Amino acid sequence: MELTEDQKIHHFLSRVSFGPTAAEIEKVKAKGIPAYLEEQLDPEKLPDRLVEEKLKNLKTLNLSGSELLELYPPQQQALAKGMTTAPDQSPRFVISELQRAKLLRAVYSARQLQEVMVDFWINHFNVFAAKGVDRWLVTEYERDTIRPRALGRFRDLLLATAQSPAMLFYLDNWLSSSPDNALNRPRNGNAAIRKAGINENYARELMELHTLGVDGGYAQKDVGEVARCFTGWTIRQPRGRPEFLFDSRMHDRGTKTVLGTTIASGGGVEDGIKVIDLLAGHPSTARFITTKLVRRFMRDDPPPALVARIADVFRDSGGDLKQTLRAIFAAPEFFAPETVGAKIKKPIEFVASALRAAGGETDGAPPVVRHLIAMGEPLFLSVPPTGFPDVAATWTSPDMLLARINFAIDLTANHIRGTRIQAGEMTALTLAAPEFQVR
Amino acid sequence: MSLTRRLFLKSSGMGLLALGLPPSFLVRAAAEEVKKKNKVLVVVFQRGGMDGLNAVIPFKDRSYYALRPTIAVAEPGSGDERAVDLDGFYGLHPSLTPLKPLFAAGRLAVVHAAGSPDNSRSHFDAQDYMESGTPGMKSVRDGWLNRMLQDGAEGGPLRAAAITFRTPRILSGDAPAMTLTSVEEFRLRDPLLSPALEQRYANVRDPLLRQSAAGLFDAMRTLQAAGASPPSSKEPYPTGRFAASLKQIATLVKSKVGLEIAFTEVDGWDTHVAEGGASGQMANRLKELAEGLAAFARDLGDHIEDVVLLTLSEFGRTARENGNRGTDHGHGNVMLVMGGKVKGGKVYGRWPGLDSDALYEGRDLALTTDFRAVCGEVLSRHLGRTELSKIFPGYRAPSPIGIVA
Repeated sequence: MELTEDQKIHHFLSRVSFGPTAAEIEKVKAKGIPAYLEEQLDPEKLPDRLVEEKLKNLKTLNLSGSELLELYPPQQQALAKGMTTAPDQSPRFVISELQRAKLLRAVYSARQLQEVMVDFWINHFNVFAAKGVDRWLVTEYERDTIRPRALGRFRDLLLATAQSPAMLFYLDNWLSSSPDNALNRPRNGNAAIRKAGINENYARELMELHTLGVDGGYAQKDVGEVARCFTGWTIRQPRGRPEFLFDSRMHDRGTKTVLGTTIASGGGVEDGIKVIDLLAGHPSTARFITTKLVRRFMRDDPPPALVARIADVFRDSGGDLKQTLRAIFAAPEFFAPETVGAKIKKPIEFVASALRAAGGETDGAPPVVRHLIAMGEPLFLSVPPTGFPDVAATWTSPDMLLARINFAIDLTANHIRGTRIQAGEMTALTLAAPEFQVR
Repeated sequence: MSLTRRLFLKSSGMGLLALGLPPSFLVRAAAEEVKKKNKVLVVVFQRGGMDGLNAVIPFKDRSYYALRPTIAVAEPGSGDERAVDLDGFYGLHPSLTPLKPLFAAGRLAVVHAAGSPDNSRSHFDAQDYMESGTPGMKSVRDGWLNRMLQDGAEGGPLRAAAITFRTPRILSGDAPAMTLTSVEEFRLRDPLLSPALEQRYANVRDPLLRQSAAGLFDAMRTLQAAGASPPSSKEPYPTGRFAASLKQIATLVKSKVGLEIAFTEVDGWDTHVAEGGASGQMANRLKELAEGLAAFARDLGDHIEDVVLLTLSEFGRTARENGNRGTDHGHGNVMLVMGGKVKGGKVYGRWPGLDSDALYEGRDLALTTDFRAVCGEVLSRHLGRTELSKIFPGYRAPSPIGIVA
């Protein structure tokens, strides 16, 4: 049973964007799917004036971590400095602008596939934005670490996250120090580092969640050895100059063996880089990343044969994400009827697709973001490093279903401050119905 | 290494959906199952690792004062900022004063130097272990509260409720458990949509959506049939999310909808910096905790006979204060156990001491009571459960602590 042209276009746009719009449907009809995909794979060439306009008043988005720390200090510091402690000068405000921008991009950006991939990677390389200093670090994490590399080479993205202050802090690697260097602890007065030994948190999640996957063929010993490689990968001054710093005084310079590969003694920062390369190029990583990509773009239970073919593309191209995505969209399984409507929209997809379909307007402010939270998706605030699992069960408890239904009711009655759709564009029943919950 | 973990959510999360009627929808009706008086277990998870040593102060242990030059709480005496004597050795943090009457009335017990034997000091892992009920084992996918629900008993859709946004790990698993944030708000904001929606979802292809919606409408009908006029809370609760969540639980208990297990959580215990002593950051958290628990106990009234509430926190904190006038992740901690059948008015657990050779790994309060011993005793003596080896696999319960009558 073949899909009609219209069905194909609708299905394609449902996967490559946050939801079809009348305008985009026309564009795909005119260009054809392959040309449209190529355009989406080259986001820099796509003008994005509408979203730039929407984001221009969100001042925090362009600030560095140290600037944010200075301008949006925690309450105690603000009081000590004689600064105002108004809500829009608080660290919480920084997170709320991030959430706002994310929704605005999902609704308004012309570079939809890029934003889909930014969302994918932010979830894959999850950082809980409310953990300590991360409150000021996730802005540049999304902007400077993830977005520029979302459609690049996996290895480059992996390395960038490994060196990002956001990740170094979130998974505690900034504290990880070789016990042998006890006499040479950095003198930045950081009590946490003075007391620390080797911290395995990052090493474990790097392999389990970021690259190989839990069954990817590593042992506890490898976790320890990887942790040794990353000792010294720290942050210069978490609450002052939150930049990546390789501190050789913290580094374990001994010989390490990771997944059977020997890393000679005497190495510095390159020990960790070798691990990055080793993991990025590992067949389990190709399989793990590909599985997640196929899950995002096709269905919750990716067929193993398909994953294997796409994993080959991933590996043979050296982790080239554009090539990998092309292969996914070109796969015959993509337009198979059982792939159509096979994914439950996660909350941001549900809300954005509603606004896109109805030509709605939003300012992305807390009143609408609160609905996302009620639906189970507090943006940037997944506590565990797994992020939000990309499967239907994550989003379909009845409490969350109620939240979607009530969002549909509130939206169509224009009861959400800062968000509205034209009267008659869409009914609550249509929006709340099961058909609209899937893509 | 074959590990499966962090599968937080299963498809079986069930919630409440009301027909959009105001709280007085709880109209009187006859429905025998829901009139059953259940024994209820309420679990409160304090996320972040509460500093048990400052919550229940071992003021007779002089090492406590040596280890905490700036944040120790003064021993009982005159004045406000002092520990409230419990038994001549331990004292309550002054912000926990609202709990003193419960302690004195024998409704509240404390277990000190309790917690998980695993030495992980990672929030994620330690919480994971405490919620899975299998410290040190990452391969267990479901939570121990969910395993309690897997006993095959017919409990109805409101047998377990988490007052959280997402199904917590401790309640995740194959058995259905409800997740809701508020009983009153849990309604369709346009009741007229209900029949059409129920119809659409009943016919849907996707089994998850179909079952989820069906569970929703089921639960709603159960609530309608619950029969009580809305159980109003005559006692005021303090503000804040924690107190609000306890109020929801009290409402469910009093509505007799078949609730057996309730869960809620409270953040803010990870006091690495400027923890404060008798006053300050942690004191504020303790105040919210105590006022919430006290209001909950008052609100339950006679129902407290059927309820046992216990607290969990993934680990305690370092015995020694750190360089930031706070404490770091530790080990042994305090558990509170509150309820009608609790043999309260006592601090349980062997005190290991705070001398340097008594400290766990040279830094933390040691553990002398496994949290599973406390939970297990509540499960067997309060809830009559006998399958503890299934709920806490790999754990052999020691001789009873005697904390539940």
